[in-house]
Amino acid sequence: MRQLLPAAAGLVLAGAIACAIAPAAQAAPRFTDDPYPSTYRPLPSEPVLLRNATVLTGTGQRLDAADVLMRDGRIVQVGQGLPAEAGTRVVDATGKWITPGIIDVHSHLGVYPSPGMKAHEDGNEMTAPVTANVWAEHSIWPQDPGFLTALAGGVTTLQVLPGSANLVGGRGVTLRNVPATTYQAMKFPGAPWGLKMACGENPKRVYGGKGVAPSTRMGNVAGYRAAFIDASEYLRKNGGGQPQEKPKRHWWQSSSGDNDSSGDAGGKRDLKLDTLAGAINGDIRVHIHCYRADEMATMIDLAQEFGFRIAAFHHGVEAYKIADRLAAENICGALWADWWGFKMEAFDGIQENIALVDRPKNSCAIVHSDSEEGIQRLNQEAAKAIANARRAGIEIPPEHAITWLTSHPARALGIEERTGSLEPGKLADVVVWNRSPFSSYALAEQVYIDGARVYDRNDPARQPRSDFMLGQPAAAPGGVL
Amino acid sequence: MSRSAITRHGTRPVPSLQAGRRGRPARPPHAGHRVRAGLLAAGLFTAGLFAATTVGAQDPGSGPGQAVLIRNATVHTAGAQGTLHGADVLVQGGVIRAVGTGLAAPAGVPVVEADGRPLTPAFFGGITDIGLEEVSAEAPTVDSTLKLEEQPVRPEFDVTLAYNPASVLIPVARVEGIGFTLLAAGNGEAFVAGQGGVMRLDGSPDPLGPRALFVRLGADGAELGGKSRAAQWMLLDQMVAEARGRVPADSPHALLTPAGRATLARYLGGQGRIVVKVDRAADIRQLLRWAAREHVRIAIAGGAEAWQLAPQIAQAGVPVFVDALADLPANFDQIGATLRNAALLQQAGVEVSFSQAGDASHNARKVRQLAGNAVANGLPWEAGLAGLTRVPAQALGVGDRLGTIAPGRTADLVLWTGDPLDVINTAQQVWLGGRAMPMRSRQTELRDRYLHGSGESGLPPAYSR
Repeated sequence: MRQLLPAAAGLVLAGAIACAIAPAAQAAPRFTDDPYPSTYRPLPSEPVLLRNATVLTGTGQRLDAADVLMRDGRIVQVGQGLPAEAGTRVVDATGKWITPGIIDVHSHLGVYPSPGMKAHEDGNEMTAPVTANVWAEHSIWPQDPGFLTALAGGVTTLQVLPGSANLVGGRGVTLRNVPATTYQAMKFPGAPWGLKMACGENPKRVYGGKGVAPSTRMGNVAGYRAAFIDASEYLRKNGGGQPQEKPKRHWWQSSSGDNDSSGDAGGKRDLKLDTLAGAINGDIRVHIHCYRADEMATMIDLAQEFGFRIAAFHHGVEAYKIADRLAAENICGALWADWWGFKMEAFDGIQENIALVDRPKNSCAIVHSDSEEGIQRLNQEAAKAIANARRAGIEIPPEHAITWLTSHPARALGIEERTGSLEPGKLADVVVWNRSPFSSYALAEQVYIDGARVYDRNDPARQPRSDFMLGQPAAAPGGVL
Repeated sequence: MSRSAITRHGTRPVPSLQAGRRGRPARPPHAGHRVRAGLLAAGLFTAGLFAATTVGAQDPGSGPGQAVLIRNATVHTAGAQGTLHGADVLVQGGVIRAVGTGLAAPAGVPVVEADGRPLTPAFFGGITDIGLEEVSAEAPTVDSTLKLEEQPVRPEFDVTLAYNPASVLIPVARVEGIGFTLLAAGNGEAFVAGQGGVMRLDGSPDPLGPRALFVRLGADGAELGGKSRAAQWMLLDQMVAEARGRVPADSPHALLTPAGRATLARYLGGQGRIVVKVDRAADIRQLLRWAAREHVRIAIAGGAEAWQLAPQIAQAGVPVFVDALADLPANFDQIGATLRNAALLQQAGVEVSFSQAGDASHNARKVRQLAGNAVANGLPWEAGLAGLTRVPAQALGVGDRLGTIAPGRTADLVLWTGDPLDVINTAQQVWLGGRAMPMRSRQTELRDRYLHGSGESGLPPAYSR
């Protein structure tokens, strides 16, 4: 049967290209000004036609014996029997599977890189429980070899977050997973920042252990509330943060009265409150490390109290206990397939968590890694979720499971209009697998980002190596893979 | 560890939870009335206390004389017979009696139709703390590590004495096809950590076969041994001298207690293996020399750079428990980490098994993912299976009972939904000592509570069974 994507009737959405690359032209809200802007440019590419594969589109569709055409960094068309124009490189993908590029919503690559040396521990600013002023991107070491092993696992986009030592850990950043000398050259153009928050054991242990607040879960919540009270006040005094005329200062008003180091008033900029206010405004997406069901419910109330939206709960080992609530609140659950028991709040982990969170209508289950090992094989994590769901009597087809790794994380990151599915006009972030990705034996053979072949298992010229690995006599010839 | 301390793991005390709730009948994994009897019986269960389980009259699994005929399986013997298609396995008295085709069921022996699915020996769960910890971050629930300020080097420390057969980790691992594990002593204050042993995960309280002694060499070990790798060899040589009686017992410089000397002397005399966690090739080279000089039997755990010395390791007959997912330079001992490690070792003739660096205990079930990935990166499938069965059993001195399907072996078996090295498949039924194990754990209890809800009662989940 000949199947085409609904919108795929040979259209090249030229207009979509322009608007997808450039961030909105209008002035950014003040709280999300970016003095460290992206310098990302797609790597060189050529038109590519991947032919005759099983295609999982990331929109819930599976197309058999289908082709994927990419040009100028975009998906042009997905369907059967697509013609190859002159100058198009044709790849015979018979027997292969094609998916959108994998997206990991929770990574510490670059901020806790390999090798895990003391000098590299840059992921937790453990000096105060609320450090909304720090940005994970300023800790990223782009030479972390883990970016490249993740690439070989099909990861094309990832969010790098601060760790979970703090109630509010700081801003996370979304990256294109391309080898680069600076993080700015990886920064996903126009992608919103994330705000990392953490529930439960970690903040109270880190600070309670130092004899300062918080030392309890109630202390945690008091800490979030105090921070958002400050931010709400700051937001009010700054006119909501939208760009505006500076209020005229009259001759009788002091020019030195704006030394607002406590950061609770308009006037002097406060980095901490900028970030929290940006979160309240919805311009920075809130990602909360939270294991227990009851604590997630508390955080939902907190979000309502201060008027922000939660994009996703991360780890959420008890998310299955409140799956309906998460779906109703439009909150994603970014979860592991099988980790549990390493601490008390992870004691109720089950292997069907992803499948149960996925079950309600309008749910948003995500497979995430939080691990330099797990990010290399998120497809296998999803396979485990499928296998355990099956054992529990829930059958999940591959075309649905792939959404956990592609369109759902794109949604949580606010980039779903640009990537996460194989639809005409979207960024050509594509993985060619040697077989169904949901297997121990699945290997990503080719990985494309913006249509550029950034990794190829069969082409040493397309197997990037970190500076760190050069000239190391112990290194495995040909790289680690 | 430093990173996981915050990104995932925690620390500090609180009492542990008890396992053991009343179970309910397991769903038969597939239709077939013959299967049902055994599974239903097995379904009534109290975690970790099989001997005390109340079972139905039809139960083939009560008492020691466990019997079953598993018919028409793809039997991966992991032994001399290789893989047998359409084969039957007859179990009586908890022991495999026959392997072949067209076996007849003796009177009263229940029959399980395998419909061609894979049957393997129960898997090795890696080197773990199963039964030695409930919640990793909660110190009172963790018994794997010795921390003594005075005279911390205590090879006589034996973690098997702390083993809790009622740990919730045991059923969690077992329902995934894990039948045995090597309990390890963790490193506390000394790079010679103490002893562990092989545990079968059938709820029995005692280890099987000889003990193993655990030593850590390299960067981590150096931290505990004089802040230098060279100091580790210096200290190790001194311990050997003490154990061999070359240092007077009342020497003020003695590192070992009298019990420690006796313990180490046993390993020097060839009883049990010394399992050495080591990654850097240079350290492995020194280790091979040391083992040859002292005539001790060693195994390597981790071995990220072991592939660089594959021929020497093969020649020395040293098995390697590979972390088959380690491909990053996690530290300067693992610069040469590669996913091809297992394949390169096996190619050179090394006996390869598996062990994990991460959540080895709670997530012991992940070990078959390691094997599958090693296969995806060049290890022959049969060697992957052997690494989960025959190789660890033989390396740990229990190969005469575990790790292969052959007459006379303990009937520790797993029937799988498909290729067991592929994570898309799961264990369908586990037998240990011929008893059909309940395919339930604390995790399946939680699953079912929230999968089915409390029905129309309108009551909270706490009322559901």
